[in-house]
Amino acid sequence: MSLQVRTFPQLGEAAQALAADRGARYLGGGTFVMRAINEGDVSITTIVRSTDPALQQIRSDGDRIHIGAGVTMSQVAASRDSDFLAAPAQSVGGPAVRNMATVGGNLFARSPYGDFTAALLALDATVHVVEGAGRRETPLEEFLRQGAQSEPRRVVAGVSVRRPHSRDAFRFRKLTRVKPAGASVIAIAAHLPNAGGRVQGARVAYVSMGPRPTRVQAVERALEGATLDESGIAGALAAATEGLDPPTDAIASYWYRREVAPAVLKRLLLGIQ
Amino acid sequence: MARKPIQFRLNGKDEAVFVEEGQNLLDALRRQVGDTSPKYGCGQGTCGACTVLVDGEPRLSCLMLAESAEGASIETTAGLAGAELHPLQRAFLDGFAAQCGYCTSGMLMSAKALLDRNPSPTREQVVDAISGNICRCTGYEPIIDAILDAAARGAGRRSA
Amino acid sequence: MLDFRKDLFADERDDNLNEIGKPTQRQDGLGHVTARSPYYDDYRFDGLLHMKCLRSPHHCARIRSISTAEAERSPGVRRIITGADVPVNLNTLLSLLDFGRDDEPALATDKVRYKGEPIVAVVADSEREAFEAIDKIRVDYEVLPHVLEVEEALSDRAPVVNDQYPGNSFEYHERYDHQKLRFGDVDSALVRADHVVEGRYQMSPIEHAPVEPAGAIAVPETNDRYACYTSTQALFFSLGTAAKLLNVSSNRLHFIGGTVGGGFGGKVDSLNEPLAILGCMLTGRPVRYGFDRREEMQFGPPRGAEIWHITDGVRNDGQIVARKFVGYFDAGAYTRLSSYAVIKSVGHLPGPYTIPNVYADVYCVYTNRTPATAMRGFGITGVDFAIECHMDKVAHAVGLDPIELRILNAYRDGDMKAHRREAKNCALIECAQVAAEKANWPIRDEFKRMSSRHGGGGERAQIPHTVTDQNGRIGERRGSAPMPPPPRPAPQRQPVGATTSAAPPPPPTQHQPAQSSQYDSSRQNAASHGTVRPAANRFSSIFGTRRR
Repeated sequence: MSLQVRTFPQLGEAAQALAADRGARYLGGGTFVMRAINEGDVSITTIVRSTDPALQQIRSDGDRIHIGAGVTMSQVAASRDSDFLAAPAQSVGGPAVRNMATVGGNLFARSPYGDFTAALLALDATVHVVEGAGRRETPLEEFLRQGAQSEPRRVVAGVSVRRPHSRDAFRFRKLTRVKPAGASVIAIAAHLPNAGGRVQGARVAYVSMGPRPTRVQAVERALEGATLDESGIAGALAAATEGLDPPTDAIASYWYRREVAPAVLKRLLLGIQ
Repeated sequence: MARKPIQFRLNGKDEAVFVEEGQNLLDALRRQVGDTSPKYGCGQGTCGACTVLVDGEPRLSCLMLAESAEGASIETTAGLAGAELHPLQRAFLDGFAAQCGYCTSGMLMSAKALLDRNPSPTREQVVDAISGNICRCTGYEPIIDAILDAAARGAGRRSA
Repeated sequence: MLDFRKDLFADERDDNLNEIGKPTQRQDGLGHVTARSPYYDDYRFDGLLHMKCLRSPHHCARIRSISTAEAERSPGVRRIITGADVPVNLNTLLSLLDFGRDDEPALATDKVRYKGEPIVAVVADSEREAFEAIDKIRVDYEVLPHVLEVEEALSDRAPVVNDQYPGNSFEYHERYDHQKLRFGDVDSALVRADHVVEGRYQMSPIEHAPVEPAGAIAVPETNDRYACYTSTQALFFSLGTAAKLLNVSSNRLHFIGGTVGGGFGGKVDSLNEPLAILGCMLTGRPVRYGFDRREEMQFGPPRGAEIWHITDGVRNDGQIVARKFVGYFDAGAYTRLSSYAVIKSVGHLPGPYTIPNVYADVYCVYTNRTPATAMRGFGITGVDFAIECHMDKVAHAVGLDPIELRILNAYRDGDMKAHRREAKNCALIECAQVAAEKANWPIRDEFKRMSSRHGGGGERAQIPHTVTDQNGRIGERRGSAPMPPPPRPAPQRQPVGATTSAAPPPPPTQHQPAQSSQYDSSRQNAASHGTVRPAANRFSSIFGTRRR
């Protein structure tokens, strides 16, 4: 029953070991799995990890970049290739957490964590899931939807994401109780491509407004064709919490999160700091 | 429980110890090596009391698998002072930046990581550097002042 | 930056001080910055065992059965400990002062009364093995109704939280279900006041969240003694508590502490030491019982919640002539120190203001929450928050500046406090003046000129007649208030020290209510200090009737 650690040079072997053992968990940066072990989660009996060098790569491919699942938040923030993701990467934890927490791990984050995943959602990223010896590329949104059933039995190799339309098109705002390094009361990531002064193809994602990061399609619809000014965003603000059931936790209540969401969304859309 | 041998450098000295499978680095440093300078505060990655430097970068030793330290160079507060106190220690002592003392070790390590890389930080950079370290006594101001004071005394240039 | 205002009260002080106002170095500073200060968990022992507890997942439940058979066989387990193994499994912290009834087990046996209450302790070779064994313990619970709010807990329909106190409130002096203060006649003063200002104030529980979670390591010593390395803030208090629960002479226990990684009041409850020592006694090995962070937050005691209702009677000129409090302290499921917090709070009323008519009924209430404990000024901090919020509300109601209102009503030297003590060395007026100056808050010149040393005493030094019922009582239990008060034309005050027939007769039994004792002692100090009191009163005679 006690704990064992299995380390594999190839990610595929790690995925097989994970699939074969109900008590196995994949260890990335440690911020979730080691925490669970420290807190006495005896359902974890095997730690699976991989030294596959592909996990550590950030690679540019035209306007797309590929980030290995083992890349840390610090590495994302420091790399020129992923500079557009620096803000959400920097918003995760303090420096020591950012030196450990990985891109892959963040995909499994539950509220009030998952800032980086929200950014990837807004940018319509895809996830490379390890299946047997191969990889399957899945839209992040679908990956998150499947999450509830299949976690934590999946191994992620990395994510691919397209650079935003323009520097100003990608925005990220986070509201915390302590600064810096607080967990999200709410965080919002948005990709707002501009066509002739109007938003076209908006993608907006929230953190801490549900059990895990989520897209907010009501807001996206309301932004379609809108101008980013007081009157143009009125519909989006009205739809800011439509159908959302945010959690009550130590950071904030259900009520407060619903109250504050339109205010944070407004600041993001109008570019107010 | 199964034990694994690992080797690493701790404060410039080679260490070879057996660690338990799944044991975290904090526990291994404190129990197997006997360096009790990093502290347990939460086991969750929220308090920073267990902060150590791994190859010069701050890490939370409570969330790090001990065996992943294989071959690494680790620095802890126990190795900070030479014949004299490190300027950060001096500044913490003079500036009343250690009250109950329990967060101090992690604060010093986070501050050292900052000054090693950036010998003349702004106040904002200091705040960010210790943003993962919780102090419940001081209200942080004396700690921030002490780190700036140590920087002014040349702490970063000394150890860089 | 500190600003020593030596211009204030300069003639009351000689300034040839050696330490005050001069920088000094902490005596433990060097140990702290070199990380050599010895916290309890920094002591290393060969063969150290680890203790972890199975805790209640319910706010309230009957324990039908506990099965530890499978856990006993779990690898690495050295000993499973239940309530039956604790020699004296019922205690109250203040029993060391003979105050209150034993009401709390070290390990719950028949019933759990708050979420996180420990039921079974497992001693194993590693924490992991202790966790694995806990996972194999089966407890059959019958979940019972619970109550989490103080006002609800005092209703007739509320479930009983703590069997020792079936009314869900602490029993003071074996006859009062609350602590009270009476000074003058609040109800008639409220009738005569120009304004009546009411407010309700509520404070949530606060977790101390020290960076070092509480813990202890117990180690066998020679001569059948046990050493205990502990994070306690109250070394001898913890030693006494452990000696009582374990039914051993305190000279068999050797406590080593003094380096505390943040306490703030939260490390006085002695939750770790007795069980660590018991584990050590039962295994003959060093045993560590340290909280992890979740235990510290869920099971470690917080500052208790408080609710205060304040009703003030105020004249148009801003003079507060009556102040009435009804307060509720949330003790959680067991008393710990909350009964004492209530005594402290009532001793603090009505705040630092001279008010001729004061009334307070304050309840120490049991709910199915984590038991509350000390935290930085507990008993005072919460009610001060309520009082100062209320002062602002009063200022607004009568159209006065809030700082001026405070200066106007502040204690001055020679005034009579509601506890029949003369106010001395007052400084609130000066503090308010300096605060206004620092904040660039304009106050009128006449208020800048006021002084704590002038204008006090005289009529403000008199003790008013205190309203009682025909039996000389002031209401022992809720729902048994003796009023309505007899009609009275005007408040009658008596000079300090006077004994007149207008004073209420002492209650007939020897169990005197605390406030009556205080009333007597202000006039007969020598007598009150020479008298042997019944055990239940001894505590309040230590803390409640201290002479200045």
